Amino acid sequence: MSKSYTSFSTSPVGKTLIFLSLQNQSSLKTHSKESSSSCLVFVPQSQNAAPNSSLYKKPFSESFEETPLLVAVLTYMGYGILTIFGYFRDFLRHWNIEKCHIAHEREQQKDFVPLYQDFENFYTRNLYMRIRDNWNRPICSVPGAKVDLVERVTHNYNWTFEHTGKVVKDVINMGSYNYLGFAENAGACASAAIETTHAYGVGVASTRCEIGNLDIHEELEQLVARFLGVESSMAFGMGFATNSMNIPALTGKGCLILSDELNHASLVLGARLSGSTIRVFKHNNMQSLEKLLRDAIAHGQPRTHRPWKKILIVVEGIYSMEGSIVRLPEVIALKKRYKAYLYLDEAHSIGALGPNGRGVVDYFGLDPKDVDIMMGTFTKSFGAAGGYIGGRKELIDYLRCHSHSALYATSMSPPVAQQIISSMKIIMGEDGSTLGKDRLRQLSENTTYFRRKLREMGFIIYGNDDSPVVPLMLYMPAKIGAFGREMLKRNIGTVVVGFPATPIIESRARFCVSAAHTREMLDTVSLVNLQTPSSDPLHDGRVMGVRRSRRSVSQLIFYLTDSFMCLHLCV
Amino acid sequence: MAAGQQWVLVEMVQAFYEAPAYHLILEGILILWIVRLLFFSKTYKPHETYKLTEKEKEDLIEEWQPEPLVPPVSKDHPSLNYDVVTGPPSHKIIINGKECTNFASFNFLGLLDSDRVKDKALASLKKYGVGTCGPRGFYGTFDVHLELESRLAKFMRTEEAIIYSYGFATIASAIPAYSKRGDIIFVDEAACFSIQKGLQASRSFIKYFKHNDMEDLERLLKEQELEDQKNPRKARVTRKFIVVEGLYINTADVCPLPELVRLKYKYKVRIFLEESMSFGVLGEHGKGVTEHFGVNIDDIDLISANMENAVASIGGFCCGRSFVIDHQRLSGQGYCFSASLPPMLAAAAIEALSIMEEDPEIFSVLKRRCSQVHQALQGIPGLKLVGVPFSPALHLQLERSSGCRSSDLQLLRSIVDHCLDRHVALTVARYLEKEERFVPPPSIRVVVTVEQTDEDIQKAVSCIREAASIFLR
Repeated sequence: MSKSYTSFSTSPVGKTLIFLSLQNQSSLKTHSKESSSSCLVFVPQSQNAAPNSSLYKKPFSESFEETPLLVAVLTYMGYGILTIFGYFRDFLRHWNIEKCHIAHEREQQKDFVPLYQDFENFYTRNLYMRIRDNWNRPICSVPGAKVDLVERVTHNYNWTFEHTGKVVKDVINMGSYNYLGFAENAGACASAAIETTHAYGVGVASTRCEIGNLDIHEELEQLVARFLGVESSMAFGMGFATNSMNIPALTGKGCLILSDELNHASLVLGARLSGSTIRVFKHNNMQSLEKLLRDAIAHGQPRTHRPWKKILIVVEGIYSMEGSIVRLPEVIALKKRYKAYLYLDEAHSIGALGPNGRGVVDYFGLDPKDVDIMMGTFTKSFGAAGGYIGGRKELIDYLRCHSHSALYATSMSPPVAQQIISSMKIIMGEDGSTLGKDRLRQLSENTTYFRRKLREMGFIIYGNDDSPVVPLMLYMPAKIGAFGREMLKRNIGTVVVGFPATPIIESRARFCVSAAHTREMLDTVSLVNLQTPSSDPLHDGRVMGVRRSRRSVSQLIFYLTDSFMCLHLCV
Repeated sequence: MAAGQQWVLVEMVQAFYEAPAYHLILEGILILWIVRLLFFSKTYKPHETYKLTEKEKEDLIEEWQPEPLVPPVSKDHPSLNYDVVTGPPSHKIIINGKECTNFASFNFLGLLDSDRVKDKALASLKKYGVGTCGPRGFYGTFDVHLELESRLAKFMRTEEAIIYSYGFATIASAIPAYSKRGDIIFVDEAACFSIQKGLQASRSFIKYFKHNDMEDLERLLKEQELEDQKNPRKARVTRKFIVVEGLYINTADVCPLPELVRLKYKYKVRIFLEESMSFGVLGEHGKGVTEHFGVNIDDIDLISANMENAVASIGGFCCGRSFVIDHQRLSGQGYCFSASLPPMLAAAAIEALSIMEEDPEIFSVLKRRCSQVHQALQGIPGLKLVGVPFSPALHLQLERSSGCRSSDLQLLRSIVDHCLDRHVALTVARYLEKEERFVPPPSIRVVVTVEQTDEDIQKAVSCIREAASIFLR
């Protein structure tokens, strides 16, 4: 509606960043009035217009709500109860009153130092084990919009699973990162991959540097460079390793890495392996980043006070657990002002954002040359595997000689490379069809629709309005298991995550919207979320996610009953 | 007790009343003085004077010039210009437009272009598509993965196996899943790069022992034992590991496994064994170095190998007892946080395993070929063959180094080029010289596969001889 370019800055405090566009502002104000009497509902912090709003070409709307106080208290209580029961059951197991199914150390090695710590065991035994049927669900079809699950049952509370031999057909797949719907077993991509398999086989059995540099790899890299709009690029066999094996080639001792606090494990590992100093800034918080930059340059390296050799800012395009989009225009402005280098991990954003699917740079309408290292993966939008790094020719030349992956790891499998080539060409429209454009449009429409729908229903969801990763907050540990199971009962596959993947009180369910989803599927998912017309008395007609309340008393009762009754699933 | 305390209190109050006024005033002043010292004193704070003003900060920021992101690479860097392979890298390989016999890819069993493997991969592709679009935890576990895991466990006769989507990441993730800060790892100096990265990620204490030198290892273990006796409380929580390779990729020789197992029980150290080169190669059934030596596989805590060499697919696996392996499902970083292996590659690996199970003869063929090549490559003037006779990936090093690594490499490269011109594909072994803990000497890699015929071997050897006589006089 409004054409003014707005972006509201962060409140200075902690994680309660609220970025809102003008349109939402009025609604929020009313909201805060309503809620002033209730502690259940988050209260928006005061907002100041950001000095950087001119950097954005369109409204940048992103919300993270502080956990409602009561919810937080209940969540901690939930963990408390689980811990008490955990100790109680450990006690029973110790005295052989309850049978313990966990694998034991060999008799001959009982006197060795224990292989892992007891607390890790405690968490696994008593919390994770109770609800682990929500993860590692085996599937037996294409991970497309609908997926077939292998049915499994457990007779001993998840210690072991048995496959019944049956298949749970047509589960709506809200879990796979299939943003553009290229997870397909038929069509142009699949047939090209079939041909490549015929021609090349699946393995390579050598490294890029020695004798595993196939023509198809070269073709892929030229295409990736063209797609990204950079001079040159290099592809690697695993997305995780792209980060962890290339950052050490770029920085070392005497360098500083400024890393977002929510960066992926692979970036953290890469930074650690590099031997550089690592400092962490608050998630997507530009003030925090700027402060670190200023202090770092002014003070130099710790103790010696020598100037830093170089400073590398490491951010992601879309954060996979938060659904937030990096504030790239501001990051680039900072990076230029302070002469730092920028490493952008587009694992989730490449293909999923921007009018041309070229990721977060495209989304903001920026110049890819402003990003020094463009990294991304092929696993998600392209329905393949592996990762890439793009950038200036000097950078890629250097990586070709110094990347750990290029020298020591087997090159990418040819059919996988082919899948990327075909899907990327479709996205670019080089196959002569509008299929790619249609999918990009579809994804963006689906995202907006689904997010709006959940928001209208009053669920607390995180992240940017344009991000296809949609986390729906559950908070309580008991809800993690309950939500995942109840959804599966209704033939919907979702991802639920809790500690340690999220902060301890911010357990959530995550939906990944895909271009392959139809309106009906998204309707089903959101409606099921709202009302659960199940025979289960526990959740009859009840909301599974945590909703903002208008009437605090009813909400209070709801929270209390729901969180405690869900606990029976866990203790 | 309580009564006694009460009495003291009463006494104190009484003393307060009885004390002279000047005494109370003095004490009052003293108390005030302490309060002042605590809360109102302007102590000398040296860092205040060092604090930079905003202006000074601005100047410093203005002044700072970072190094370039990457140093320039010279145009003739040996690793910059890759050889381009057109078509499949199988027994006959087209390098830079020239068809050669392949003596360089780790395709030991020739399964890379096996039609059976391809067919299974294609069937899987037609069912599942290519990618998995998710990590194992989040709908990225396919029934094929579970099948491959149980097949690997069965093949190796272990309780459990876990697969990774990248060979390099396998041992590099497995080590830090168990060994943490403060733990101690004893490693062979010749350990490959992915082991080194795993060690680095674990942040444990690393103790290197001389390559295959059990006395040196025992010396370190004894030292540690003494250390442990001094501080038994710390020793009770310090995990100790020995990390070795079955067949070393860098030296092409085999680890003395029986001796290692003896040391394991003597000093209570766990053994992690990297078998990328020996899995599907050594032993009567290709089970690797444990079978080769007849060591009980349960005595090895963890075996890891990749499926990119003998199996000719992509990815890697770890196997061992459930007690050990299951832990990785939540703490193996490369397992938890990475997309799972494309199902077609898993299907290819399953079929490769079937072939290996059905026809164990293939391993004795490979062994024969290996010793044949090993024999034929002896005594080339100027070149020294490194490795055991049953190793399928041998190294040819210079007998006399010129003293300069890059000119040595240049020399070896010209031998390789000479062979390439004569349709024999070889490669120089590549290392990151600055990153390797102990850089192996420059060498030419010679890989033996079951597909090579007597003529192929003869031709390759005569090419190398010829090249050596030209370049190494």
